[in-house]
Amino acid sequence: MSDSLAVLKGDNNISLTVNGESISERVPVRRNLADFLRLDLGLTGTHVGCEHGVCGACTVRLDGKIVRSCLILAIQADGKRVDTIEGLSDDGYLEDLQASFHARNGLQCGFCTPGILLTAAELIETHPDADREKIREFLSGNYCRCTGYHAIVDAIESVVHSRQKKREL
Amino acid sequence: MKAAAFHYMQPKTVDEALGCLEQLGSDATILAGGQSLMASLNMRLSNPAVLIDINAIDELNGISTVEGRLRIGAMTRQAELEYSPLVSQHAPLITMVMPHIAHPAIRNRGTIGGSIAFADPAAELPACLVALNGQVVAQGPNGERRIAATEFFQDLFETALTDNELLTAIEIPMANENQRFGFRELARRHGDYAMVGLCASSDWSSDNLTELRLAYFNVGPRPVLAEQTASDICRIWPQVRNEMPLDQLESELDPPDDLNASSTMRVHLAKVLTRRIIEEWLS
Repeated sequence: MSDSLAVLKGDNNISLTVNGESISERVPVRRNLADFLRLDLGLTGTHVGCEHGVCGACTVRLDGKIVRSCLILAIQADGKRVDTIEGLSDDGYLEDLQASFHARNGLQCGFCTPGILLTAAELIETHPDADREKIREFLSGNYCRCTGYHAIVDAIESVVHSRQKKREL
Repeated sequence: MKAAAFHYMQPKTVDEALGCLEQLGSDATILAGGQSLMASLNMRLSNPAVLIDINAIDELNGISTVEGRLRIGAMTRQAELEYSPLVSQHAPLITMVMPHIAHPAIRNRGTIGGSIAFADPAAELPACLVALNGQVVAQGPNGERRIAATEFFQDLFETALTDNELLTAIEIPMANENQRFGFRELARRHGDYAMVGLCASSDWSSDNLTELRLAYFNVGPRPVLAEQTASDICRIWPQVRNEMPLDQLESELDPPDDLNASSTMRVHLAKVLTRRIIEEWLS
């Protein structure tokens, strides 16, 4: 049987790029990506809420696109690039969104915030002219149990507007 | 919760995947986008011995046109369909449906083949395929076969695929300029499964409405094509605005009660959705 048809059991080696850093680890096949990031790499900014893809707290970027890390196996990220809230905060990618969430009280307990920031960043990239309705639709898969969403939508809308102004200059 | 232990295979070609299925039979489950399967593994609602991950099979990706049909590879992500110019040109109903399927992070990963093969009666894409009179392309040890959408969905999460077959693509007749499409659903929150939904297609040239296909979802164990209602509407077209003949839906649909809506309410909502689509076409 060729290598690709091997039945993988127990622990296996994976190599991937996490926040720009090359990582090689051994993981059990049943380990999901969220637990891999938190438990094996200590990147606890990715939060685990429902563990079945409903709450959005575990949102990370896989090869540049947001995904639910609880619904992907770590072994499926082999050879891929993963970006988490830690990396995207450190490199300044989320800076204006974070400042806006701070200014407008877009969080209270903060549990949902990493996932919401990553979702908001993809929204603004793919829909740079998003209105409030589009923001709410795009965020529909990220639950917040504190804010009632209004301040979150305010914070994102204000970044949409400030980036629009920058584009016009 | 966490998924129970399982074994894992990652074929790189369709032939290898078929080899895995042949070897393992019903012990194996195909892992496509995983947006339903991974959740059910985490909740331990399913516990397959082996997962056959088909994400590395490049030949299952892509959207193309073949002899008057739009062909969509099984592993094409839902987000790709949402923004594909080929899809909006040749199968605009899919473009209309896509934003209503779960949420962006789910659509970045979820696949059309996964949705069709899973055959969730509350999902949009199976009904969409039925409304578009599409076909499922399956490969097995004896080669390829095509299954009409109306034959493919058999019962609750049951399809015409056999244990040794892999869904490789779906094919849809390319839309022409006379065709009209409509999509409506009623959900408590955006991205939730709908209480009732409707995918509709028709041919509207001069004053005649023909080929009307009304495919309702979450009204039974599989998508329901309301043929009698469709023919009633076509017969009196375009004099439908004042008196839309929707009474037959009461016998054509037999939805179950659940926490969100009673059976009677679902039938009522199905009529509301039908009326809204027809009025949209007439306006």
